Amino acid sequence: MTSNPVSIRIYVPKDACAIACGADEVVAAIAAAAARRQQAVEIIRTGSRGMLWLEPLVEVGTPEGRIGYGPVEEGDVEALFEAGFLTGAAHGLRIGKPEEHPFMAKQTRLTFARCGIVDPASYTDYRAHGGYKGLERALQLGPVEIIEEVKKSGLRGRGGAGFPTAIKWKTVADAKADRKYIVCNADEGDSGTFADRMIMEGDPFELIEGMTIAGIAVGATKGFVYTRSEYPHAIAAMEKAIQVARAHGMLGVNIAGSQHSFDMEVRMGAGAYVCGEETALLDSLEGKRGTVRAKPPLPAHKGLFQKPTVINNVLSLTAIPHILAGGGEFYANFGMGRSRGTMPIQIAGNVKFGGLFETAFGITLGELVNDIGGGTASGKPVKAAQVGGPLGAYVPTWQFDLPFDYEAFAAKDALIGHGGIVVFDEGADMAKMARFAMEFCSVESCGKCTPCRIGSTRGVELMDRIIAGQRVEANLATLTDLCQTMKLGSLCALGGFTPYPVLSALKHFPEEFGAPPRRLEAAE
Amino acid sequence: MPHYEPWSEGRARAVIEEFSHLEGPLMPMLHAVQETFGHVPDAIVPMLAELLNISRAEVHGVVTFYHDFRHEPAGRHVLKLCRAEACQAAGGDALADHAEHRLGCKLGETTADGRVTVEPIYCLGLCATAPSAMLDGRIVARLTERRLDALIAEAQS
Repeated sequence: MTSNPVSIRIYVPKDACAIACGADEVVAAIAAAAARRQQAVEIIRTGSRGMLWLEPLVEVGTPEGRIGYGPVEEGDVEALFEAGFLTGAAHGLRIGKPEEHPFMAKQTRLTFARCGIVDPASYTDYRAHGGYKGLERALQLGPVEIIEEVKKSGLRGRGGAGFPTAIKWKTVADAKADRKYIVCNADEGDSGTFADRMIMEGDPFELIEGMTIAGIAVGATKGFVYTRSEYPHAIAAMEKAIQVARAHGMLGVNIAGSQHSFDMEVRMGAGAYVCGEETALLDSLEGKRGTVRAKPPLPAHKGLFQKPTVINNVLSLTAIPHILAGGGEFYANFGMGRSRGTMPIQIAGNVKFGGLFETAFGITLGELVNDIGGGTASGKPVKAAQVGGPLGAYVPTWQFDLPFDYEAFAAKDALIGHGGIVVFDEGADMAKMARFAMEFCSVESCGKCTPCRIGSTRGVELMDRIIAGQRVEANLATLTDLCQTMKLGSLCALGGFTPYPVLSALKHFPEEFGAPPRRLEAAE
Repeated sequence: MPHYEPWSEGRARAVIEEFSHLEGPLMPMLHAVQETFGHVPDAIVPMLAELLNISRAEVHGVVTFYHDFRHEPAGRHVLKLCRAEACQAAGGDALADHAEHRLGCKLGETTADGRVTVEPIYCLGLCATAPSAMLDGRIVARLTERRLDALIAEAQS
């Protein structure tokens, strides 16, 4: 056996999804196989590219660029070595250059441009790939012009509500207070969403940079990232990056040698879905029950500890460095209508090619599910897709021409939410899914407002009677009425949006509720 | 398998005082207590109330609001099965039924021998490689009946 002193770089994701698919075992197998061959290798743990059906996706650095192999199982490693994968040789799992894969080539990546490429703990990598350019420009511009750039970008809150980010920032900037806060809502509880997790694990400095710029813009010196206890890997990656940023003078007093100071902490929730609602999140951060606050006062006036607070989603804050580096107009050039920029869309559930697909607004749901997602994993026909998490509507296949746009979705009684798409095949029982939506709401309700707390429980009971075939027509009428009350009378989106999955399932698949089948509408 | 310490008031005090300097310290304190003792014992409630100068009722209210905080210790191993929509779409219902059948207890319960607590979890964020599960903090995706059986066997050993 000959030894090879030239070290070869091998990239294996440390993303939770890759780890859950065996990435750590693959790394151990690669290290062992290389040692047996006395081949020097340097294994770099990156984030994920987002082609999650290919995880663990192992990449090898060759003179032609990085060559990917996936999905690699522990047991494939020996064969990969035998085939000569260290030189990028042919093998059944070889996918070529990851960035040239059709799934990647069709995307417009801004937020996720570095994800899967860089070592998330490396400040040098971040800098080498364009990191901190946004902050540098922000420091030159100053607070007023930063907000002007964000306004020009047309950025709207990526958490679901779609509220213009610049207006929030301006309100906080104009508020007079001895302390202000930047809070990042990383409480990504929607099923079918994982973009926040992926970016925190794959490019945490981008979130740090975005929050730092927000701090400078509004005059806040302290930031919190509130994330989920279900995301231990993301927490570890964020905390590591915060330490590294501090060590490089990019967090703390006089960041990057400027007169501005900003520091941040990661805080962990405790399994309460409602804490993704911004005011419940603030209460939880303060150490209280995660109950929803009535608005006004807005968090921008009285937020965390009653101080003016910017509370933004991870994807809003990670768009900021790109808006500052490239200019607001550059960002606004992507998108359609009043939905500007790119949206990291998450394709999940019963789907063949699930993953993270960042693209400009305007792409249709059908393209996402069928062309990019490849249809169902089970091979059965697609029945519907739930878009926007547990509070999102079920969109049937005959509405798949719907473009990804806040207004277009709203016009069809649906919502984009946090950009998660869960695909269901024909085996899905829509009455059961409607019952689940009510049950989930009843379990997760904070209890503050009656329509949500009591309404969801009554909703479960009604669905049980409907499923049992008891007085179906009368119970469906009551259910519809109840949904209307919850929609209009709830304090927050949990009670207010739970009717979306329930009513959409009923509207599009009435026969599954024991009602007469829907009549085809002329427009469809 | 996680190792927890037996309850000790002195140790508990040390654990919570470590977070006294934080803004809004109660949640980090409760997490630390559970990480140390495996659950949040009643005895911690007056200690927290005194330290933070809030009422016992307020502390109790917080502890009981969040699904994560356990009032009683869990079984030796904790198996969490994701029951959210994406995992349901990918066959999670059948796997949950299978786990309940194999363990002889329902989701949310602990086996009679105290070895395994099986719980639902609402989303591990692994929705593109569903269904998924977590055994004592270790995440597993692309769950099949065979893989679930292996996890159950590991938890029962």
